[in-house]
Amino acid sequence: MSSASTETHSRSWWRENQQKLTPYIFLIPGVIFFLFYVIVPIFESFWLSTYDWDGLGEKEFIGMANYAELFDDEAFYTSLKNNVIWLVLYLLAIPAGLGIAIFLNQKVRGIRAYKSLFFFPFVISQVVVGLIFAWFYAPGFGLFYMIIEKITGSEIAILADERFATYGIIFAGLWPQIAYCMILYLTGLNAVDPEQIEAARLDAAKGFKMLWYIILPQLRPATFLAMVVTVIGALRSFDLVSIMTDGGPYGSTRVLSFYMYEQALSEYGYRMGYGASVAVILFLIMMVFITGFIWKMVGDERKGF
Amino acid sequence: MFPRPIEHQSRAIQISYQVMLPLALILWLLPLIGVAVTSVKPASDLAAGNYFGLPSELALSNYADVFTNSPIGQYIWNSFKVTIPTVIGTLVLSCLTGFALGIYRFRGNIWVFFMFVAGNFVPFQILMVPVRDMTVNLGLYNTTTGLVLFHVAFQTGFCTLFMRNFIRALPRELIEAARVEGVSEFQIFWYVVLPLMKPAIAALAVLIFTFIWNDYFWATVLTTSKETQPVTAGLYSLNGQWIAQWQLVSAGAIIAALPPVAMFFLMQKHFIAGLTLGAVK
Repeated sequence: MSSASTETHSRSWWRENQQKLTPYIFLIPGVIFFLFYVIVPIFESFWLSTYDWDGLGEKEFIGMANYAELFDDEAFYTSLKNNVIWLVLYLLAIPAGLGIAIFLNQKVRGIRAYKSLFFFPFVISQVVVGLIFAWFYAPGFGLFYMIIEKITGSEIAILADERFATYGIIFAGLWPQIAYCMILYLTGLNAVDPEQIEAARLDAAKGFKMLWYIILPQLRPATFLAMVVTVIGALRSFDLVSIMTDGGPYGSTRVLSFYMYEQALSEYGYRMGYGASVAVILFLIMMVFITGFIWKMVGDERKGF
Repeated sequence: MFPRPIEHQSRAIQISYQVMLPLALILWLLPLIGVAVTSVKPASDLAAGNYFGLPSELALSNYADVFTNSPIGQYIWNSFKVTIPTVIGTLVLSCLTGFALGIYRFRGNIWVFFMFVAGNFVPFQILMVPVRDMTVNLGLYNTTTGLVLFHVAFQTGFCTLFMRNFIRALPRELIEAARVEGVSEFQIFWYVVLPLMKPAIAALAVLIFTFIWNDYFWATVLTTSKETQPVTAGLYSLNGQWIAQWQLVSAGAIIAALPPVAMFFLMQKHFIAGLTLGAVK
């Protein structure tokens, strides 16, 4: 008798409060996972970067010594410089993607198939992209190699040449990145108002003005997304460097993420703390951009309510 | 610099556009075409310096060779063992979090949401040392399970963002009406919201499949042996063994690229909806 009444009591308690409690119950598994594998490790990396640690033995606290060493490390500056080059050149993917999107934004037979085939490079793994381009640059018989030989008359092994290797890798990376930006713009162009364009045309808007004042403002969401993915892509770049040159020749194509990996897990012994300090620097650089992106998203959210 | 619709142009322009399209496409995909052609070239062609011509015969034996003389079959299997559980796990978690963040107003909602968004933008290299260490301590280093757990957690960030925005766009009246009828919150999730989320689930399923299949960084950080390595990491080590045997490298590359490509062509519409975050419709 009494157990039955507590049961109804607890059930009605649940019924009254379920709207308050349900969101927390639903959030728990996802939040725990995310905290455990993403949020906590970020802080752990900061903490580890103040230690000297080979990944197995005792950790030894060394304060800022890793950073002091870093700021005196030639390889670190090479990586940093390369990341800046990556970032700047990667941004070219945005106008290039826009160009292809505008080119393909027509209604003719089979255009859908063309659009998806142009998108192809983004679907395949960067490992495959890296292998493809390594083959194209291959000295002696690679297609790009031969073209360059025809044009300049000199034999250049792009990936083995300190002057060009980084650019060769970025060029390979641009291929899928342009495809990505293209698809963002293609979807954006679907939403462009044709009547506005016609009206602008009647007002004799054309050429660059048309693009800048009429089309681009309507594509703002697509441009924002393209910026976000391109900046992140450039700063995270690792796969292509690892596949195409393994950081070489003489470490000239290292980027921060690759250098971190190399230091933390290199064949010459693990330097986890030093690797973590490289990761922290990369994180801080990225933070500048992330803050900007989130700032804008928060602004949009506020407007949305 | 914004062309008029082609149907309003002169016949000559229309024709030249039709001609330019395939040419542009061939130029764009030239690297890929080159690899595809090389993958069916007999080794003798390459030895004789026939790098760019057509193959003298269709040497499908390269593919047979790759399968019999390398562990690529095992690598592919490993990739599936990582990718499919990750897709399922991520979808389950993010349907739950997306529902919680998309439907309910409660303190801290926006902060939890931005934790997921920010975590998703983080350069994942900063996670490498701690995650690797943690995986070792859990006894999951060099197992596909270890890789799956990390991927599920990390991808949940992106998927929560997507699911939450999708659910927010659903008509709220549906939920209010169900509540008036006395339907419990759990039932609302299961019978009202979940069926409406099918397009979002499909979009994320293809997208996550491709992302995880193509992952290389975590594959090299968390797995080391051919019993556990996915095909991306496997291809890297095979490339080291197959020096100058470009017909094999090409065949291997094509095999590794095939599953996500097939996925993309089968579920194109969903894929693109996923990539654009549903933000630009």
